[in-house]
Amino acid sequence: MVLQSIWFFLWGLLWAVFFITDGFDFGVGTVYPFIGKTDTERRTMLNAIGPLWDGNEVWLLTAGGVTFAAFPKVYAVMFSSLYTPLMLILFALILRGVSFEFRSKIESDAWKKVWDTCFSVGSFLPALLFGVAFANIFQGIPFDDQGLYHGNTLKLLNPYGLLGGVLFVLLFIQHGANWLAIRTDGDLQQRAISITRKNWPILVAVAVIFLIASYFATPLYDNYFKNPVLFLIILVAVIALFATRIFSAKQAWFKAWFASAVTIMGCTFFGVAGLFPNLFPSSLDKAYNLTAFNASSSPLTLKIMLTVVVIFIPVVIAYQVWAYILFKDTVTKKDLELDDAY
Amino acid sequence: MDPVFLSRLQFAAATMFHFLFVPLTLGLSLIIAYMETKYAKTGEEVYLKMTKFWGKLFLVNFALGVVTGITLEFQFGTNWSRYSEYVGDVFGSLLAIEASVAFFLESTFIGIWIFGWKKLSAKAHATVMWLVAGAGNLSAVWILLANGFMQHPVGYTINNGRAELVDFLAVITNKHGLLEIFHVVPASLLLAAFFIMGISAYHLLKKQHVEVFHKSFRMALVVGFVCSIFVAIEGDLHGTNVSATQPAKLAAMEAHWETTKRAPIILFAIPSEEQEKNLVEIGSIPGMLSLLGYHDFNAEVKGLRDFPKDERPPVLPTFIGFRTMVGLGTLMILLTSYGFILRRNKLLESPTYLKIMMFAIPAPYIAMESGWIVAEVGRQPWIVYGLMRTSQAASPIDGIQVLISLIAFILVYGLLGAVGYYLIVKFAKKGPEPETE
Repeated sequence: MVLQSIWFFLWGLLWAVFFITDGFDFGVGTVYPFIGKTDTERRTMLNAIGPLWDGNEVWLLTAGGVTFAAFPKVYAVMFSSLYTPLMLILFALILRGVSFEFRSKIESDAWKKVWDTCFSVGSFLPALLFGVAFANIFQGIPFDDQGLYHGNTLKLLNPYGLLGGVLFVLLFIQHGANWLAIRTDGDLQQRAISITRKNWPILVAVAVIFLIASYFATPLYDNYFKNPVLFLIILVAVIALFATRIFSAKQAWFKAWFASAVTIMGCTFFGVAGLFPNLFPSSLDKAYNLTAFNASSSPLTLKIMLTVVVIFIPVVIAYQVWAYILFKDTVTKKDLELDDAY
Repeated sequence: MDPVFLSRLQFAAATMFHFLFVPLTLGLSLIIAYMETKYAKTGEEVYLKMTKFWGKLFLVNFALGVVTGITLEFQFGTNWSRYSEYVGDVFGSLLAIEASVAFFLESTFIGIWIFGWKKLSAKAHATVMWLVAGAGNLSAVWILLANGFMQHPVGYTINNGRAELVDFLAVITNKHGLLEIFHVVPASLLLAAFFIMGISAYHLLKKQHVEVFHKSFRMALVVGFVCSIFVAIEGDLHGTNVSATQPAKLAAMEAHWETTKRAPIILFAIPSEEQEKNLVEIGSIPGMLSLLGYHDFNAEVKGLRDFPKDERPPVLPTFIGFRTMVGLGTLMILLTSYGFILRRNKLLESPTYLKIMMFAIPAPYIAMESGWIVAEVGRQPWIVYGLMRTSQAASPIDGIQVLISLIAFILVYGLLGAVGYYLIVKFAKKGPEPETE
């Protein structure tokens, strides 16, 4: 029980870290066509996340891999039920990934336009679809006791699902614009700052609607009323959301970015805490719900994986923090002149 | 629309495409790390030029390898959910360990390598490349251990209606997996060596950038010579292991139908699965199959007819795949051996040899893809040998979804492959950049 609960927490944590790290990459990509006016500005944006995006994306593979290892049945039913949205996310991530490498390799406007589109769509689409997918998971997915999916992909785009998607997109825009405020200067930085300020009230409004809608559309709050201490998660998310705006006003960009990271962490855990112990609830019958207790791996696997994660994830975080510190400064002309800069 | 068949096609397409890039990433990263270390130690400009030139080609290739790798993890869940459910307790942990122990390291440090030229000292920067190379190869170790489990499952018990882990040590010391590692990793170095030699030959034939490419060629030649021989010897050990653990695969590799002692190797045949015999056989060496499979001329080798029909792998692709791999492997030994004789001072005066090496770049690629066809097609009808059939492993999903994604994969991958190789060829032909400072 304890082991499975720890793994449920780690499962949520890994998803949250993925949303925080690759989240600002997605945000940068989403605002890319709107605030990158010149080629230099666009390259500055690409190179602002250039050294980090690849390492960030591995959090997705780890979150996926850990779902596979710790909750194989969840992995099986979740990935096969959500086949089409996951394939869309996959293609988006593939095109986004190569566009970094390809875009600046040939000096042609048409060529650059192709990869600019791949980069921005490939960033926006995963942001939206992860939000849609998780909001649908909060509501429950129509699958039976055999793991057979009885839904329709288009039904994932129900109002609450879409609301989740919009929330994710706005969160990542806020987060990405904060990152751009840290790593750019001049006009581009001004435009990024203006986004952090214009996006914020919309984000607050959507977040409030989402919190209210969750009460009507999902059973998430059941856990909250049982353990009111959980409301602290929402409180932290709300405080962080306000903090990011205050730091933005004070021009403390790194603090603003950190606050938007905490907001994303809080939003993810708002859902994760509400789901517990369900990882993948069924909308057909509660009895089919896949939980931390009925869908987990054997205790031996959970113990081995826990050892691996406890040793290596802190190491990963340590060298990723080092990489972030190494690349925290403003992207300069000199950086863009590097042989292999994007 | 049979989702099993379509999922198999999709998995084969996605995996074989991914594997066009992986071996070069594995092998070339090690060689570049060595070049950069030479630069850090000696300060000789030529090593920096080599590092940057091969590094540029490496990065285009790396990007394609990375983005197509995500597909493989996703597909186990999307297309092979019954498999994931049944063996996830053992198999999933290997993938998760790969991501957290190796892939993170590789992906984080590649960014530091690309953008860290001015931020790190020469030595630190070279160390970063060693981390990238080491982590990449460590990734391969975990993935091959996972494949080793599919080939020869160990360390599990059937409990709660699924395969559950009982002995982790057995899984990570699985002989089949270890033999794969010592086959695939040196083969990747061999592939990278042929890549370097072929492109270097192009420039040496044109007598341009001679210093950079003469040095590169000779460095790769040593690697290629050693690895081509190592891979062959190790492959022989691998073969004996297969004959012990997967006798049906051995029989299919050789289109061997009748159980006999002193079993022969047939150089060429057209096997017929319906008639359970070879329609045409050309060139037979008595006793060779017994020798290769069991290191004994007189050993009995079980023929395909003595396996139940539903436990036989498709014979033709396994048979041809094995011949292609071994034939090209032999060719590569000959090519690198001849080069080894020339290497001191005659390379530049041997244009025919250089030309052959230029056109030999595809050889290790075809050999490695063929090797995987032998390994994976030869394992059929099992997804996990003897434990789970491929036909039971697919997701219970609508075939039309798989058909659409399969078409999308073919289109997108086709496009990416074309662009990627266009860029690699473009930069390969262009040669090293003149120094900007």
